[in-house]
Amino acid sequence: MADLLPVAAGFLPELRRALPRLAEGVLVTVEATVLGAALALVLAYALGLLSRSDRLPVRGGARLVVEFFRGTSLYVQLFWLFFALPMLGFRLEPLACAVLALGLNYGAYGAEVVRGAVAAVPRAQTEAGIALGMGAGLRLRRVVLPQAHALMVAPFKNLLVQLLKATPLLSLVTVPDLTFQIDQLRSSTGATAASYLLLLGLYFGMAVVLSLLMNALERAAKARLGQEGGA
Amino acid sequence: MPTEDREDLTARADPVAPAATADPMAPAAPAVRFDRVTKRYGDRTVLDGLDLEVGRGERVTLIGPSGSGKTTILRLLMTLERVTDGVIHLDGEPFSHMPGGSRGKLVPANERHLAVRRRRIGMVFQQFNLFPHMSVLENIVEAPVHVLGESREDAGRRARDLLELVGLGDRADARPTRLSGGQQQRVAIARALAMRPGILLLDEVTSALDPELVAEVLDVLRDVARSTDITLLCVTHEMGFARDVSDRILMFDRGRIVESGPADELLESPAHERTRAFLGSVR
Ligand SMILES: Nc1ncnc2c1ncn2[C@@H]1O[C@H](COP(=O)(O)OP(=O)(O)O)[C@@H](O)[C@H]1O
Ligand SMILES: [Mg+2]
Repeated sequence: MADLLPVAAGFLPELRRALPRLAEGVLVTVEATVLGAALALVLAYALGLLSRSDRLPVRGGARLVVEFFRGTSLYVQLFWLFFALPMLGFRLEPLACAVLALGLNYGAYGAEVVRGAVAAVPRAQTEAGIALGMGAGLRLRRVVLPQAHALMVAPFKNLLVQLLKATPLLSLVTVPDLTFQIDQLRSSTGATAASYLLLLGLYFGMAVVLSLLMNALERAAKARLGQEGGA
Repeated sequence: MPTEDREDLTARADPVAPAATADPMAPAAPAVRFDRVTKRYGDRTVLDGLDLEVGRGERVTLIGPSGSGKTTILRLLMTLERVTDGVIHLDGEPFSHMPGGSRGKLVPANERHLAVRRRRIGMVFQQFNLFPHMSVLENIVEAPVHVLGESREDAGRRARDLLELVGLGDRADARPTRLSGGQQQRVAIARALAMRPGILLLDEVTSALDPELVAEVLDVLRDVARSTDITLLCVTHEMGFARDVSDRILMFDRGRIVESGPADELLESPAHERTRAFLGSVR
């Protein structure tokens, strides 16, 4: 502890100078999280619903994609997009690689959430729809999904926080995210403990904000189902 | 269409429409005909070559011990299950099947064939199965708007008339989960009627209710039966209700019709020992 103090004395002015870059880093991290989550959400719905198709090839294809992106690590997917894809003639911006990798990986996990939530809506609800002459699309859109949404919010909240916590990986493919900027600060000041403590605090703060937002969503979804309270 | 005896519904802006007539060329065709219908689950045969006819506007009640296949009959008709063998006809034309093979041979119906025809049938379930994410009014308006393409105003007006009919005019904006079982079931009846079905299927609609709530539901159904010419096919253990509304009662056992006859006759003097035993057990 004692040797921390002299370093910390030089740390604060450095930190003040680095603030604009840190703010940029936070923005990049938020951007990657939001875009990655948006892509993941779209893929989660598409893959989750397709994996409930009556047609075996459709169902099988969706399952294969889901299992592939769940079964290979985000780290490998990211490196593949950043280092291997250019060799095949496709060069993507680092942030695009990041969004794609996050979207595919968390989309695959999200697909399982969507599939499970849809399956958890009682069959009797579908039957009530059939008895009212509603076709399959209408039943899904108007009866099943609105009820499944309430079941998805809590697991989606977990996935979203996990996605945020996975974003430091992006600094490894030169995305100037928060981790990247803090790392710069650390090497310019040598204040390793202070830099990483700051990093912990900032990620924790972002995770708390995300959780609070998702909790509000969850309460709204439950209220729509006529259930009180929520998480 | 007999319209002269519909006084108390016409007074309420005619919330219940006359039964749909699918084929005006064949007015004599029964509303429903099961032609040697077999239903198996795995190697368990629930219905074995069942023949059954329900005339247009007729009220038929199915009774019989639990597991005898009554629900299966209604679910086959509602297309919630597919027949294993045999054909179900609706208003004189094939319903479970359609012409499609060589020389017009019948093949199992596709979704499109079923979709346009099943709208003539409505069903009320034992567990109500209301949509919990919609208000009472939205439950009733949903299918008329999105399936029949009615305007929200028309469907809403009619839904309010139907809610008056079932005695829930003041609960339009409530959540179904806020209602008692009896109220929920009355909403379910209104929801089914909103689609103006020619045939209404009722599967033990009071079995899930507390005893003191049974009467309010049965009264609504008596009202519907009395004031419309809808075809009714119902499963119930309420023999008083069965006697009031039915033209005919069918006694089932193990997927077969044991006995069939006018309601009074079958209930007063059942011909079969099985029927006597069953009636003794539910009274
Ligand atoms: N989905 C199913 N799978 C297997 N067996 C079933 C299924 N549905 C009904 N059965 C069986 O079919 C028989 C008739 O059931 P059901 O039509 O519900 O009788 P009821 O309504 O007269 O009590 C019962 O023995 C029941 O176990
Ligand atoms: Mg039953």
